[in-house]
Amino acid sequence: MSDADRPRAGHALDAARWRADFPILAVSSPSGAPLVYLDNAASTQRPRQVIQSLVDVYEQSYANVHRGIHWLSDHSTDLYEQARDTVQAFIGAAAREEIIFTRGTTESINLVARSWGDANLRAGDEILLTMMEHHANIVPWQQLAERTGCTIRWAPLTADGLLDLDGFDRLLGPRTRLVAVTAISNVLGTINPVAEIVRRAHTAGALVLVDAAQSVPHETTNVQALGCDFLAFSGHKMLGPSGVGVLYARRELLEAMPPFLGGGSMISRVRTDGFEPAELPAKFEAGTPPIVPAIGLGAAIDYLNQVGLEQISGYERQLATQAHELLSRLGGIKFLGPAPEHKAGIVSFVHEKIHAHDVAQLLDRAGVAVRAGHHCAMPLHKELGVNASCRASFYFYNTPAEVEKLAQALEDCQRVFNRGDRAKPRGA
Amino acid sequence: MADDELYQERILDHYESPFHRGSCSRPTHVHQADNPLCGDVVRLELDVDQQGKIREAWFNGDGCCISQSAASMLTEHLDGRSLEEARSISAQQMLDLFGAKLTPNRQKCCLLCWRVLQGALVSTAAPAPREEATPCDSDNPAR
Repeated sequence: MSDADRPRAGHALDAARWRADFPILAVSSPSGAPLVYLDNAASTQRPRQVIQSLVDVYEQSYANVHRGIHWLSDHSTDLYEQARDTVQAFIGAAAREEIIFTRGTTESINLVARSWGDANLRAGDEILLTMMEHHANIVPWQQLAERTGCTIRWAPLTADGLLDLDGFDRLLGPRTRLVAVTAISNVLGTINPVAEIVRRAHTAGALVLVDAAQSVPHETTNVQALGCDFLAFSGHKMLGPSGVGVLYARRELLEAMPPFLGGGSMISRVRTDGFEPAELPAKFEAGTPPIVPAIGLGAAIDYLNQVGLEQISGYERQLATQAHELLSRLGGIKFLGPAPEHKAGIVSFVHEKIHAHDVAQLLDRAGVAVRAGHHCAMPLHKELGVNASCRASFYFYNTPAEVEKLAQALEDCQRVFNRGDRAKPRGA
Repeated sequence: MADDELYQERILDHYESPFHRGSCSRPTHVHQADNPLCGDVVRLELDVDQQGKIREAWFNGDGCCISQSAASMLTEHLDGRSLEEARSISAQQMLDLFGAKLTPNRQKCCLLCWRVLQGALVSTAAPAPREEATPCDSDNPAR
């Protein structure tokens, strides 16, 4: 282990130890460059414990859930429902019925918009979003506005990329029915004061939906402490399989909401002239659910609990701070979002001369995987006045040495474009 | 440097010192489009004479090295050719003109100018309305 790989004093997290559990982190690119995976905000990688949990289910325990009279179905159902208990404990929900398995954050938010939104909103009502939302927390509300005539308001940001709470307060009013806010911006890395937002929204009589896709994997979440009404997140951003996500909602809300998707499992009785919905949580889990991905998510949570969420958030902030320091030295780089002390392990930037896609392509050659583009946040990019940005996003298995590789690769990238005398003026 | 090298000198030359970046004084065919995925935008203006010959081709735009250097190469290629020849350029020929090997995602960057050409060829003399929120008046980002 090199010095750069060694965790700094004062932090218990040993990235090198955890890395060994992730087979994919040992692969190299076709050109032979070892993988430096810094695209964790898009999707994380999985440890072999999670992968093995999927194999185990398929090899030993798989059948459809809640249906069979046979023992295999009972076994599969037990594992699936245990995963629900694991999620419940992980986010501090009061009851297991408040945990709905979906396909991901996007479906979770769509469920709320379609079910709660259609039943409760009408023209004149307002939904308050922030300028830093992901498209998944924008488009379902725009669709709801099209259906119901309700209005969307946009809470502004401060110049340094924080939520402007005064601006938020000015938009929050008696017409506001819902505040839908991200806990951590997937571009800026900004950590929003969710508990405070909930307090203000509830005072104004509005409910709060939290897009927790970027927060649940990286910091401790307790929905009862936050006081939020809805909270959505995805399995694949927290070591779990793709194809599973969670909607948390307070039980009384779920009980009053009409079902979203219709089909098997979500009914207690079907007649030719209608149906009666099932009890929670089945009421919102129509059809065959993501059985094995949900069980894999349970295994991912077990793993994250071993690592420790407190350690993870502290360690990632160290990496983000290091990235800010090293990239600042290169010059020509503008960071999007606040200083590292106000954000999570997400470092987005634009180069003053090199387009984000060219940066990402050249970094890829060095084995460094980052995201480039608008990161599903086009309104935010328009607000910031940039078409596309590069984003390095960390997880607990990344190392200080990898941050150094990012900086080195960026320096090499600048060299490609900074040709000086090599450049041939054409036609001049 | 290998011919399939993406950031080869020839491509960087087109990016940093593009052919005919700017506007036609008397455009007869104009079109603009963007690639919303990455924000690349290209505008193409052609001055075509009565005989159907492209007297001048100009482009403007904003975006990555691939999208902008490809637009420069296409503009240079179009200059002085007939509309007939311009119509006959296939997407594959555009990729060949660019030269470097591109992954499917980056092919979209390269083909943006070619898509704009298809629009320009069926456009009228009146300049096409600019598409929303992507003004083309920015300088070459390489400068």
